[in-house]
Amino acid sequence: MAKLESNLKTMVLSLFGVCALASGLLGYMNKITEGPIAESKAKAKLEAIQKVVPEFNNNPSEEKYTVQSDLGDLECFPAKKDGQLVGTAISTKTNIAFSGSFSLMVGIKPDGTLINTSVLEHKETPGLGTKMTEPKFKNQFVGKNPGTNKIKVKKDGGEIDAITAATISSRAFCDAIMRAFNAYQKGGQK
Amino acid sequence: MSNLRHFTNGIMRENPTLVLLIGMCPVLAVSTTAINGMGMGIATTFVLTMSNLVISLIKNLVPNKVRIPIFVVVIASFVTIVQMTMEAFVPTLYKALGVFVPLIVVNCIILARAEAFAQKNTVIASILDGLGMGIGFTLALTILGAIREMLGNGSIFNVRFVGENASTILVFILSPGAFIALGYLIAFINRLKGNK
Repeated sequence: MAKLESNLKTMVLSLFGVCALASGLLGYMNKITEGPIAESKAKAKLEAIQKVVPEFNNNPSEEKYTVQSDLGDLECFPAKKDGQLVGTAISTKTNIAFSGSFSLMVGIKPDGTLINTSVLEHKETPGLGTKMTEPKFKNQFVGKNPGTNKIKVKKDGGEIDAITAATISSRAFCDAIMRAFNAYQKGGQK
Repeated sequence: MSNLRHFTNGIMRENPTLVLLIGMCPVLAVSTTAINGMGMGIATTFVLTMSNLVISLIKNLVPNKVRIPIFVVVIASFVTIVQMTMEAFVPTLYKALGVFVPLIVVNCIILARAEAFAQKNTVIASILDGLGMGIGFTLALTILGAIREMLGNGSIFNVRFVGENASTILVFILSPGAFIALGYLIAFINRLKGNK
């Protein structure tokens, strides 16, 4: 078959045909992957919640509410055991990280004490900023209460040992935790 | 050229990364670890092979003046398919590669192969060319990622071989390290090929 000539009719028709086929195919693919994507996201969220609060037996995702912060609304997931609030997982973020922003899940006890933290999404430097996911750094926050303890890196006069060569990431980590804590204090306790 | 030649062409003689030096942006950005480099390479290989296949199939139906937009639509569709599949089934890798998965669309290797090869050759030759180029790209990225991961993080494919507190050559994980490692890798390849 000879190659089609470039006139208005063939150009419009061929471009239209290719686009129509492509969108049909993508629509079909979207339908197939929609379910697994939603599932893996929900699973990741539930795992993050489980990591930062004590054992619970309600469904925190169903009871979620939002609190306001300077970076938009933060989602709070109350974890309850037999109807008793044991902790709240707060999805928080920072915008002073080394590569812009990252988000954390922070578990806070009803009295404001930090239970645990888990990094949800980040783009920090592999090998440096990524050390914030390691226990050596993360465990410093466990059991501290931002109301009485200074959640800041030592360089800024706080109590947190920054990660070597990743002070900015460490600082951003503290910033995200403080954001969660402040929002929780202001309107999160339900 | 025989079909076998089309296939091996991309792996060594015209390796897109190490010899042709095209598509450098993802090479430098995602080769921080061997596994990231490999994931990126495989995703690109899939897109490259599929787009070469489709473009060589429809080459006679594509009027010359609108060929670039048509190629881009074809490539973008396959990239979106890869993106959705990765997000659904390998979410951790998808997160690690971040924005570079959708950016496969503008990887010039793919458009270059569509333009220079697939629209002029048969379907079989185009598939082999896409596969060869893709494997060449994957190999280059994996090797570069492995070098950077070993020197910068003391691990290979996420398995650490130095102690927790051992100091590693951090610069190799950072962007300058990508240039340094790639430079030496290309020098080494040129030496192997006997170029002056």
